[in-house]
Amino acid sequence: MSLHEAGAVTGVGETKYMRGTDRTPVSLAMEAALNAIADAGLKPTDIDGLIPYGAGAVAEDFVTNFGIADLRFSATTPMGGASAVASIQCALAAIQAGICKHVLLSLGRTGYSGGRIGTRVQQMPQFRTIGEFEMPSGAIAPPQLYAVMARRHFELYGTTSRQLAEIAVTTRQHAIMNPNATMQRPMTIEDHQASRMISDPFRLLDCSLESDGAAAVVISAPDIANDLRKRPVLVMGVAEGHPDSPSVISQRPDITTLGLAKAAPKAFAMAGVTHSDIDVAEVYDCFTYIVMCQLEDMGFCKKGEGGGFVENGALGINGRLPVNTHGGLLSEAHMAGMNHIVELTRQLRGEAAVQVPDAEIGLVTGYGDLGDGSIAIMRRA
Amino acid sequence: MAYEKLVPEPTADTKPFWDALHEGKFRLQRCADCKKIRHYPRPVCDACYSMNAEWVEASGRGTVHSWTITHHAFHPGFKGDLPFTLLTVDLEEGVRMQAQARGIDEAELKLGLPVKVGFERVKDDLTLPVFRKG
Repeated sequence: MSLHEAGAVTGVGETKYMRGTDRTPVSLAMEAALNAIADAGLKPTDIDGLIPYGAGAVAEDFVTNFGIADLRFSATTPMGGASAVASIQCALAAIQAGICKHVLLSLGRTGYSGGRIGTRVQQMPQFRTIGEFEMPSGAIAPPQLYAVMARRHFELYGTTSRQLAEIAVTTRQHAIMNPNATMQRPMTIEDHQASRMISDPFRLLDCSLESDGAAAVVISAPDIANDLRKRPVLVMGVAEGHPDSPSVISQRPDITTLGLAKAAPKAFAMAGVTHSDIDVAEVYDCFTYIVMCQLEDMGFCKKGEGGGFVENGALGINGRLPVNTHGGLLSEAHMAGMNHIVELTRQLRGEAAVQVPDAEIGLVTGYGDLGDGSIAIMRRA
Repeated sequence: MAYEKLVPEPTADTKPFWDALHEGKFRLQRCADCKKIRHYPRPVCDACYSMNAEWVEASGRGTVHSWTITHHAFHPGFKGDLPFTLLTVDLEEGVRMQAQARGIDEAELKLGLPVKVGFERVKDDLTLPVFRKG
């Protein structure tokens, strides 16, 4: 038994993405959820499973606001930025077990207007160990913790900041063509190289945004997905992967490999496809380096060859592997990867703002909490 | 002036490490049964699942595994330190540790650079480890 095509994305929704709002994360999450439910052609009371992300809107908020009378499944996937895609696996398992039929994945946040993301990390319980042993020395925020991984990659393989710049520039090019992306000013390699250093080798333009907004996804049982409003997008393969030493990067045997390296072979095997079948990839991009590292860990190139792989616009809409066609966390909005699932769905329906011509099969990844990974491979029905 | 940086909150599992640092000694936790050294301190040995632990004096010597030079203060307490270098170090005992570098120029940094643990008393009840050239 596997989760191969055990569920389909039937609805996706977002709010306007912003850098500044008076609204609450709960209000934003409700708006995106209602948009996703309407996109699927469902009523809010049809939702019988909920997987909310983070501390914004919790299951109880949806029950209260939607008047759900008989919620049959409620879960969370505590994997930071890997949570949204890992939730797909959780939803499929619940659907296949017959527990529920329509699972809503939700994320709403005020990452810009509320508690800033960088300083919130130290209060998270999964970071207890680094909280005691590394944060007192000044290693506090993700860009510092991940910069150490990037520096070793640079030293071992000759990877350069200009190669990371290629990722930032290509992602911005996509964002400029997407009206809901918050960053609309063109970026050059030189702009990236001139941006201020945050934690070497990461410059400002290697880092993702802090954003306000919400995104939501409805996953439905495959037998009823065909009767809904939009053409379903079937989940062919899905997996999560946890790195060695998951809570402390410094103790990880190989700090240049992420949890995704364990998940990707499982997802590709379940999907029954190979890398050359992937028409479009939405790859979690909290930092440029993390995109490159995941491309290696998924096997699009060998470990150490990611710098060369991303050069010369390879990740552009007309490149060899179009990546983050919406502008990603770097230039659309930081919706912790829920916006990546929304974008992959739109690509495979043929309704994206920046459309890869005739995209049939694509993948989406998540990355978070110092190395957790998740991946889903999908196809249009 | 008040100390405004983040401070560790030692537990029963970790206090001997901090107490030793405060006495100018660098100690690591070791399984009392199979003798495997582990860091950071924790309740269970992942080799034999023993919960018996002991503390042993470590050499403090190691080599640079990676680094980052931070130019942005993510916490107001560290603003005055910018820029500062964080080293991830392979200790001789087979575990790693992260701490700030002292007296090492950016141009000297490379994988494998020998370093040695130093001790910085930052407040009355707290000593933090740092790395100096070994």
